[in-house]
Amino acid sequence: MSETHSSLVAHQFDDGVQQKQATTLGMWVFLITEIMFFGGLILAYTVYRIKYPEEFHHASKHLDYVMGTVNTCILLCSSLTMAFAVHAAQEGKRKLTMIFIVVTMVLGAAFLGVKGWEYYTKYTDHLIPGPNYDLNHLWEGAGLLPKTQLFFSLYFAMTGLHAFHMLIGLGLMTWLFVKTKRGRFSKEYFNPVEVCGLYWHFVDIVWIFLFPLLYLVDRSH
Amino acid sequence: MEMDRTVVAEERPTIIDTVTGAIRENYLNANYGLKSWFLTVDHKRIAILYLISITLFFFLGGSFAVMIRLELITPQGDLVQAETYNKLFTMHGIVMVFFFLIPSIPAVLGNFLVPIMIGARDMAFPRLNLASWYIYVVGGLFTLGAMIAGGIDTGWTFYTPYSTSFSNTYVIATGLGIFVVGFSSILTGLNFIVTIHKMRAPGLTWFRLPLFIWSNYATSIIMVLGTPVIAVTILLVALERGLHIGIFDPALGGDPILFQHLFWFYSHPAVYIMILPAMGVISELVACFSRRRVFGYKFVAFASLGIAVIGFLVWGHHMFVSGQSSYAGMIFSFLSFIVAIPSAIKVFNWTATMYKGSISYDTPMLYVMGFIGLFTIGGLTGLFLACLGVDIHVHDTYFIVAHFHYIMVGGTIMAYLGGIHFWWPKITGRMYPEGWGKFSALLIFVGFNLTFFPQFLLGYLGMPRRYYAYPQEFQVLNVMSSAGASVLGVGYLLPLVYFLWSLRYGRIAGSNPWKATGLEWQTSSPPPTENFLATPVVTEEPYQYSPEETEAEYAMTKKENVNV
Ligand SMILES: [Cu+2]
Repeated sequence: MSETHSSLVAHQFDDGVQQKQATTLGMWVFLITEIMFFGGLILAYTVYRIKYPEEFHHASKHLDYVMGTVNTCILLCSSLTMAFAVHAAQEGKRKLTMIFIVVTMVLGAAFLGVKGWEYYTKYTDHLIPGPNYDLNHLWEGAGLLPKTQLFFSLYFAMTGLHAFHMLIGLGLMTWLFVKTKRGRFSKEYFNPVEVCGLYWHFVDIVWIFLFPLLYLVDRSH
Repeated sequence: MEMDRTVVAEERPTIIDTVTGAIRENYLNANYGLKSWFLTVDHKRIAILYLISITLFFFLGGSFAVMIRLELITPQGDLVQAETYNKLFTMHGIVMVFFFLIPSIPAVLGNFLVPIMIGARDMAFPRLNLASWYIYVVGGLFTLGAMIAGGIDTGWTFYTPYSTSFSNTYVIATGLGIFVVGFSSILTGLNFIVTIHKMRAPGLTWFRLPLFIWSNYATSIIMVLGTPVIAVTILLVALERGLHIGIFDPALGGDPILFQHLFWFYSHPAVYIMILPAMGVISELVACFSRRRVFGYKFVAFASLGIAVIGFLVWGHHMFVSGQSSYAGMIFSFLSFIVAIPSAIKVFNWTATMYKGSISYDTPMLYVMGFIGLFTIGGLTGLFLACLGVDIHVHDTYFIVAHFHYIMVGGTIMAYLGGIHFWWPKITGRMYPEGWGKFSALLIFVGFNLTFFPQFLLGYLGMPRRYYAYPQEFQVLNVMSSAGASVLGVGYLLPLVYFLWSLRYGRIAGSNPWKATGLEWQTSSPPPTENFLATPVVTEEPYQYSPEETEAEYAMTKKENVNV
């Protein structure tokens, strides 16, 4: 057994190919569970959007679509640099991999920074659901539509869960950075970079759904 | 480059005894000490960790049931009052569903058998497997803590707005425990899917897989697709209760019915997380003890997948009286009838397997026959409930309670116990005492029916569930039920005693005491840490039993076994 077993292949696998296929499939299955996880919230959002179209229309106008667009660009760029990192790892370029991982992390952190700023403005505008919630001071029609708070509850639940996934992504990137720095990856073995890349792209795609749902739908009139 | 990432499987020349040729080292004696257990990545040891922890939860959940049945002996409340009674049935349900039934067969038998049955050295992700056990323990302790602090009274269903606005008990803490334990279920399912796809031995094509693998695969699909939904639902309940965000609160525009949709989207398929692995166990056992191939192998295999898929489309049958539109009700009713078909295919195929087989009545087979009978009753009464008109009559009565206990206890626990008896010699290397095994199987069957059949009658007569007191006229049936529960309790305690006894005093089993087919019987008992000394190559379909040829041989070995 030991002749065919490189030390890079865990004991349960026969060879590197099997290991690579298994890890990649494992990540895909995990991402499917994530779709169902976010799916519950998106369902709730859809139900209430249909039930309270006026409320959601007016409430969504109080999201900052400029910030949202900036964040979308930041996240898309981070997906690009993540793809570069995977490519660099595939070619065995250690330094370059590290650089792209760091750039990805900086972009990820920037996204969270912008998100934090948006949350802060929601706080100062009294748009955080709870006893202090108050849309009246921003819009005189709010008194006629008492259910607008629901929109912000869903906004915070959905973007909050997404931000939590970004934090996990940053953790994974840190782990990858340390591993790369120690030279654990090579042309033959870079699967963890690839699999973490899948995760990063997934979190990106979730935002691609959240952004139009929360910021853009039905905003124009 | 450092090479310390993984441990290379060590060659162990001492593994085979040079004199007798027997394998001396197995997964149990490969190393000793607490650390070797709590940090193990061996799927077999993780199965044992699960076995011990779910057994503890089983008896904890059982003790709540004891209190419930004691209270219900008399019509008025004397042992406990309403608040305590509500907590008792809630905690009974939560412990039994989330901490016993859902992990039971997959996490114990599945963990132990899936890699061996497919000829692999371990799961695809052994460390993730260990992590899933730790997550289970953390979730369990969380919920246990909430119970010790004062318990919860919402029912295991956490219906809003009671759970979010009115209950004064530990809803958030209990909910978080269930949220956490869900991830152990997700990780187990993920591990099974990848392992079954990628780790099969050479020659082991999909249609050569044992049906236990097919059913665990189907179960994993449900675990992976359903569990995240209950996780996010419970999260929303906790947010609603803690921060009043309004999602389920009508005062703020929320809709409590949305909770029911989300909850049952997982919790109906969860019934199949409980019963599908049980069906897998039954398929293995019925073939072995009838000495015949499973009749209609492909039908049974695809029926598992069919149940997994259709099972996701029937959740609305829990909401016939919740104000759901009558058209939705009709569609959910129709689909609930449809989902019975794959289950019926299985029952017919098992009986067809037994037909003209050479049946022997060892303990596991007694459990199989108990399962087939009780599962059929549970399934058929499920059709009563899928029928809109009947459901309105028996909704929220003891008829429901009896129905799902026939599936969960009469089905899943019978199969679980049958499986534990069947694979006990493989897991421990020793036989359990057959006489005691048969006696307690019989006791469980009798006790079960005495407990739950009267509940069908009570429900039909109109006794509602979840009440600590009831009118005088229901007392006779309730006393019967409580009497049956005490018989059932003894039936469950006996195996605990004789299994522990057999660890030391049981007869040495040998690698294949049942003369069964399947890769797990081709390695020693208990198996070595790497399961097989050389990777097996599979050249034929499963269940190569033949009643005529093996009957004589089988009778011989059994005689030998008795003489030993
Ligand atoms: Cu159901």
